[in-house]
Order: sequence, then structure tokens, then C-alpha cells
Amino acid sequence: MSFDKIRQKLSILADAAKYDVSCSSSGGKRSNNKKGLGNNTGFGICHSYTEDGRCVSLLKILLTNHCIYDCAYCVTRKSNDIKRAAFKIQEVVDLTIHFYRRNYIEGLFLSSGIFKNSDFTMERLVSVAKKLRLEENFNGYIHLKSIPGASDELMREAGLYADRLSVNIEIPTKSGLKLLAPDKKHEDFIKPMEKVKNEILQYKAERKIIKSTPRYAPAGQSTQMIVGASGESDRDIMYSATYYYKKFNMRRVYYSGYIPVINDNRLPSLGTEVPVLRENRLYQTDWLLRFYGFSVSEILNDTHKNLDLDIDPKLSWALRNLHLFPIDINKADKQMLARIPGIGMQSVFKILEARKFRNLDWTHLKAIGIAMNRAQYFITCNSKDFYKQDLSSYDLKNKILKSSKSKYDKYFNSQLSLFS
Amino acid sequence: MNPQTILIYDGSFDGFLSCVFFVYHHKITNPIIRKESEANNQLFTITEDIITDKNNALRVWKGLLLKTSRHQQQDFFKAFLSEIKGVENTLLSYIQNIFTKETSTGIDFSNKDILKISQVAKMVGREKHRMEAFVRFQLTKDAIYTATVEPDFNVLPLIIPHFKDRYADQKWIIYDIKRNYGIYYNLKTIETIAIDSFSKTKFKISSDLLLPEEKDFQKLWSTYFNSVTIKSRKNNKLHKQHLPKRYWKYLIEKTQ
Repeated sequence: MSFDKIRQKLSILADAAKYDVSCSSSGGKRSNNKKGLGNNTGFGICHSYTEDGRCVSLLKILLTNHCIYDCAYCVTRKSNDIKRAAFKIQEVVDLTIHFYRRNYIEGLFLSSGIFKNSDFTMERLVSVAKKLRLEENFNGYIHLKSIPGASDELMREAGLYADRLSVNIEIPTKSGLKLLAPDKKHEDFIKPMEKVKNEILQYKAERKIIKSTPRYAPAGQSTQMIVGASGESDRDIMYSATYYYKKFNMRRVYYSGYIPVINDNRLPSLGTEVPVLRENRLYQTDWLLRFYGFSVSEILNDTHKNLDLDIDPKLSWALRNLHLFPIDINKADKQMLARIPGIGMQSVFKILEARKFRNLDWTHLKAIGIAMNRAQYFITCNSKDFYKQDLSSYDLKNKILKSSKSKYDKYFNSQLSLFS
Repeated sequence: MNPQTILIYDGSFDGFLSCVFFVYHHKITNPIIRKESEANNQLFTITEDIITDKNNALRVWKGLLLKTSRHQQQDFFKAFLSEIKGVENTLLSYIQNIFTKETSTGIDFSNKDILKISQVAKMVGREKHRMEAFVRFQLTKDAIYTATVEPDFNVLPLIIPHFKDRYADQKWIIYDIKRNYGIYYNLKTIETIAIDSFSKTKFKISSDLLLPEEKDFQKLWSTYFNSVTIKSRKNNKLHKQHLPKRYWKYLIEKTQ
């Protein structure tokens, strides 16, 4: 193995793959029962963190950054003048194994620019996964990109070796896609998703009857949307995320703040700041939908098209629905507890357990670790002291903002100084 | 007022459970339980040296098994491994609490000892997870994947199953520099080992013990690590929050 050559390729092809935010290595279980290499317990591990604070869990690379497409938002678009490189199949296999044995990674995330055509590319991705599983007896995590337009047969094979498959929808609206990726068709994205979904359903059904049915993509599929490239609202984004969760049983939808990589008059110009705060609020909303029992229309709707940036979406919802509060911590059901600003699912669990023994008061709640700066205005507990709802939601919001410190303060300081 | 009793034990888990047995057997109220290594004489106290007795320890443990869930037992052991000064006494009142209780439905998070144990166990669990993540093996000439670490808590006993299962087909050593012992997997079983050449100042594996291409793989890893950072999103605070500085000297990507 020529280390210098590999190193060059690695730096080009890792750099090109870094805009894919998915790095999860969880959700797929694979045991190591033949004394082979690696396992997957269903919990992911972040082996390191980049200087931008993102998890490094998988060896995330492109097989090649040669591409026949010319999508405006993409660094590897064919008209972009950058260094191109391509790995050989065996090189990727070796790199994965050597890194894995040293406990650097949980597995491989392999994506690719599209060369020749979809099937030609997909076939190569599949053969990397196949080699890892069959020749190297590798049980670590494998995430393969589904190439838009790939055939059903290849998608079927991919799922037999990979833990997760994903197609990035990238642009949340059809019109945006037409503008920014004119040679890609919406249906090409949907086709492999549909196939993977059906295969997973079929696998689950067959497994009930025949236990030895070969596993199919145990960690399911995911997708990613770019935020802030084509002028869509938060409502557009979350409604389309909800659509993908429901329609294709997605495990995860990722939101990626658009990072300007090229000058193009259809896109925000180079140097535009990455919308990290907006991205964060979208993820919070995503969590509310998946774990807290909210429905998307409660948080985003016709009168409320975008999320507040200065407060989290749960607090924002609560301020719009003050009539539902205060909530009695010692009586409310789980669903309602989960809707209190400043109380997360871990605290909900602790409250439910603890109140079997006694009525909880403020000291208990503080010790359990709820965020009092927000929660105190929305609850009553075993105490005569509680917030009497005498402020309008606008004043209450300001009161909460004044008494709390956010890591995002720097975004708002300039606005506040206007009024002071 | 009766003088307070101090129970001194050898630092092992069985030793601690033997102390608990002693407390119940001799009906001692408000004892202090300490490791030999941190014992100091105080005025107006009675000191008892507790000899580790596996049978007594087992009796206490069996009692605990009857009254607690598997998750609570794991938390109990994790909290013990935290080695936080005074954790033994928190664990003792935890046990006393559990043993006096009739039923065992639910966890009383409004009791301060129970909450404390669950919080400490969480800290230890986090450290265990970090070790599963931050161990960096280096391949030596005698074909053993070797790593040195310095965990905040004594978590090597907790990470054995993970590494044994994952790296079943390679020999490996994970060595705790702070506590001066390591675990060695010889392709069949785990042995506890001590290596004299390691010390707090000599925590690196000497490069003449390594295979020549080991450095090349480390360089590849560093190259990869550096290429995946998105410069326009740089966030050092978040970086250090996830990857605290005290671990850096053992991380290849942060030392090259």
C-alpha cells in the first residue's frame, strides 16, 4: 500500500464527503458471534470530534468525486474546478479494516459522485460492503448512499450488506430542486427510498415466519435537507420532513445549514454565515415531533411559518398556549409533563418515578435537574409558592429571556441594544 | 455520645460489601467507611480493619439482588467505581434505604442518596462510554494492539465486555496509567496485568516497540481527521466540550 498516494486521495475524498452531516452509527444490531471483527450493539459511539464540534464516528468518504451532475449547491458538481480522485474498491476495504482495528471508527460511510451512470456507481458501493462482510468477516457499521436512480436489484443487494441506506433529498421543495439541480428528477430520489422501505417491511413480515430471513438494512434509512439555500420556510422544511418520516419510515431526517461553497447567483453568496442557530431550532422541533408527542401543525402552521430564533420551539408553543398552564407536577400525565418548557424526557421519567413516593416540591424538582428558569412559570407543585399567571405571553417571554443566558446571545445582543 | 466507628477496607468491591455486612452484623450506627489508602486517624473514633470475606460480601449482594432491578445494581457498582471520596457512605445509606423498604416498585428520586447514586453512576457511565470511544490502539511488533488511557474513574472493569466482543480476533491491551494496571486479551480470556515501564510521566508506548507502518496509519488517521473539519463552522467551545483537553495526549489525531 503506497501511503502517500492513499493519503492524498483520503484528504480529497474525505473533504468532499464532509458536508453530509449524518454520522450516526446507532440503530443497527450486529453481533460478533463467529469470532470475527467488530460488533454493533445498537448504540453509536463518537470516536472523536472535529473542530466544528461534530461527531466523528464513521470513516466518511466518497468513492470518487468525479460526477456527471451539475447541482448548484454541491462542491463536486462537474463544472467546479477542483482536484478529482478515486479510490479502488480494495483500498476502501483496507482503510476501513485498519482504522477499525485501532478503534478509530465504528465503521464506514461510503458515498460517491456519480460516474457513468447510477447503476455503475451503486454497484461499486455495494461491492465494497460485500467484500467487508464476506471476505473480512466485518460486523461493524456500514452506511451506504443510495444513488438516485439506482435499480431495484442493486438496492436489494445493498440492504443485505449495509446497516443503513440514505438518499439525500437536499432541497426540501420540488421547485427548489428544479432551480438548483435541473438535471436531477424528484422521482429518482424517491425510487430507491420506496424500494428500501418496501424491502424493510417485507423483511419484518417474513422474519416473523422464517427466523433465518437475511437481514435487510437493520438501521433503516435516513435523508438530509439543506437549510437556507432556496428560500424555503421552516414550515416547508418540517412538513416535508414529517412526510419523509411517515411515508418512508425514515429513522432520521438531518438538517444541514447551507455552507456557501461556490459563487452562483441562484444561491446565497460566498461568505454568508452558516445558519447554525436555525438548524439547531429545526433539530429541536424534530425531537419534539419524534419524542415529545407534538404534531407538526402545533409548532408550525399558517400563522406561524417560521420558528422563533431567540427561544426554543417548546417554550414558544407554551407561550402561545398559556391557557393550558399551570400544570400540576404531582398529577399531570406523562404526555402533559413532556410539554412543559424546561423539562426533558429524562426529567419526566424521574418525576414519574419519584412522585410514587411523595408529593414533590421545588427542592426535589431542582435536585432532579429541570431547567427552572423556564419551567417555574408553567407548573405548580407541593408548595404554596408558584407563579400566578399575570403576565401576557409577550412580557413573560421577555422576563424569561432576561433571566436566562443563551449560548446564542451574540446573535441577539445587537438587537437588544436598539431598545436600551 | 458514642464515639464514631471508622471501617477501613482494602478498596475492593468485596471489601466494601464486607463492611456493609459488618455494619449489619454489629448493628453499628453512623459508621464511616474508608479505603486503607485514604485512612487517617481521628480523635474520639474507633477504627476497625475489615478483612475482605467473599461469603459475607456475597450475602449482602444477594440481598441487594432481591430488592433491586438490574439497572439499579449496575448503577450501584458504577457508583462504587467512581472512587469519589465518601461514596461508600452514600452507598451504605442507599442499601439501608432499600433494605428497610417493603416493596420495590419505582425509584425514589426524591431521596437524596438514591438521586446521588443515579447521578454518580451516570458520570461513571459517561466515562466508560468515553473510554470505548477514545481508546487508540497501536500495533506493536509482537502483534498486540496496545493503548494507554487515564480515565477519571476506574472504568476498565466496565469496558471489558465491549472490547472483548468487538475485537475478538486480535490480541489487545488497554492500560490505565493512573491506576497502574491493565487488561490484556489473549484471544481467549482477559488477564489483569501490570507493566513496570509505564508511569505517569512515561505514558507513551515507545516507538521502537511499534510496527514500522503503525506511524503511517496514524498519519492517515490524522489526515482524515483534519480533512473533515468544516472551517466555516469552527466552534472550539463545542469541540472542547465533547473532547475535553485532558484526553488529548492519548488521542493520535490531537497529538500529531
